[in-house]
Amino acid sequence: MRLQAAGVKLGYGDRTVVENLDLGVQAGTVTTIIGPNGCGKSTLLRALGRLLKPQGGQVLLDGKRIDRTPTREVARVLGVLPQAPTAPEGLTVSDLVARGRHPHQTWYRQWSSDDEAAVVRALEMTGLADLAERPLDELSGGQRQRAWISMALAQGTDLLLLDEPTTFLDLAHQVEVLELVRHLHREAGRTIVMVLHDLNLAARYADRLVAMREGQVIAAGDPHEVLTEDLLREVFDLDAKVIPDPVAGTPLVVPIGPRSRP
Amino acid sequence: MTALPLRVAGLSWQVRPRGTAVTLGGLLLLALLMALNMRLGDIPMSVAEVLRATFDPADAGHFVVMELRLPRALTGALVGGALALSGAIIQSIARNPLASPEILGVTTGASVTVVAGVVLSGSAYGGASGLFSALGIPALALLGGLAGAVTVYALAWRRGLDGYRLVLVGIGVAAVFTNVKYWLLTVGDVNDTGRAMVWITGSLNGRGWEHVVPVGLALAALVPLTLLGTRSLAALRFGDDTVTALGVRTNLARALMILAAVLLAAVATASAGPIAFVALAAPQIALRLARCPQPPLLSSAVVGAVLTTGADLIARTAFSPLELPVGVVTAVLGAPYLIHLIWRARK
Repeated sequence: MRLQAAGVKLGYGDRTVVENLDLGVQAGTVTTIIGPNGCGKSTLLRALGRLLKPQGGQVLLDGKRIDRTPTREVARVLGVLPQAPTAPEGLTVSDLVARGRHPHQTWYRQWSSDDEAAVVRALEMTGLADLAERPLDELSGGQRQRAWISMALAQGTDLLLLDEPTTFLDLAHQVEVLELVRHLHREAGRTIVMVLHDLNLAARYADRLVAMREGQVIAAGDPHEVLTEDLLREVFDLDAKVIPDPVAGTPLVVPIGPRSRP
Repeated sequence: MTALPLRVAGLSWQVRPRGTAVTLGGLLLLALLMALNMRLGDIPMSVAEVLRATFDPADAGHFVVMELRLPRALTGALVGGALALSGAIIQSIARNPLASPEILGVTTGASVTVVAGVVLSGSAYGGASGLFSALGIPALALLGGLAGAVTVYALAWRRGLDGYRLVLVGIGVAAVFTNVKYWLLTVGDVNDTGRAMVWITGSLNGRGWEHVVPVGLALAALVPLTLLGTRSLAALRFGDDTVTALGVRTNLARALMILAAVLLAAVATASAGPIAFVALAAPQIALRLARCPQPPLLSSAVVGAVLTTGADLIARTAFSPLELPVGVVTAVLGAPYLIHLIWRARK
């Protein structure tokens, strides 16, 4: 188990979002968390990435409590791309991606050849080598999202948490980003946990789906087993047909309408 | 990227040629401006005479230059450098080019305590008596500056520190302090308030080694520490989640950098009064000259020293023989610059 939430209670101030939740992430898998708005999926991801301290229970990274491990040490193993991240004005793509090397640098080793190589590789993997010197503000939404992913890649971690990496992107760019994720997983053996809104893309690109509602995990497992008509009713209040995706063979959700109340 | 790698035996740094040029060029300009400044006084000297008097102990002007003119020039340069460094840190943390030590309550807090000290110990209240007069103006300013910063920090803290919240709280606290200051000025004796006014404008007149040493020590201790924090400071300009994801102890790093900024501004203000606009303008000028994404710390400090020394030169020569407080000149030069910045931000 690479990453594990054990009986975590999560919330902001007095408001509890997730109570007593358990979840484990196996090495070398792509786990995708789905669920309706406000179900606590982003909150759970933030806790897994130690961006939010649990009010109860604990998060374990490679069996060790993540909140007791120096944050810099965590940052060398675990990369997190937060939802809708913001960058300072006027930053270029390569400035942004270079920032991903932060956990590997010290005042006497600020820009090693390793750093440089990692940045070049990350830019190439995301197809941004030609845009490296462009200011981030001038890029399209899809390019900007790839730049942020590139920064997380430059960090050189084999564990990546991505919070809605496809928001604000058109379908073509969504597929592009998810193909990149699949590539990272298959070629580089990275372990990936992400939150996605699009159920069909989630089913296609995940080894394991985790469906959440009101702070609880309702179902977790192979997309074929999780994404069923019953589950859609239970988790999303949605009446839908689930048919095989004609391209990938994974479950494809065809909505009928909101669940008919008995 | 405009930075060049510099690698020696497993160690590596980044060198920004433009930033280095700004720092070195600024130091040369600073030396020239200080020499020009040291010409002025009861016995006018030429630059050559100033140099000879500085380095030759046997020279007739040696005492005047070393005991009167050099300390004044050094106070100006060091105070300007400290204010600018403080401003560069705060602008990075607040993610806002309009932030300055005033936002942290330092300068306004110092102004309130000094005015209170001068007015309450003044003739209207039975003359110099009690704690206020005993402490002396620099000590009062230091205490007030630190108290102001603690007030702002305590009010802005809410399960962590948010740059935006800090700016808003800071503006509110500054408004309260400023009005208390004006109230004290209206109830005080005319002669006392006159003295207080000179101080709260910021002045280098009559500054000696006792003003140089505290700022010099503060800079000697804090410049290396802030330079070590440069990379954390660069990371802190991102959203908090990103900063934490990069392995920075976000709240600790931010608290330490704010502490450094507060100490720099408080010590500078204690030595020369709250000189306006240097902390605001110098980092922004340095950033544009060095063409880098965030205010460069070392270049900002040098630009701040140049600005303050240059402003003092203008203050002493423009209406000669009348000498203006340096804060008047920085305010007159700084106000249009502030308007220019706001104008740009609106676009």
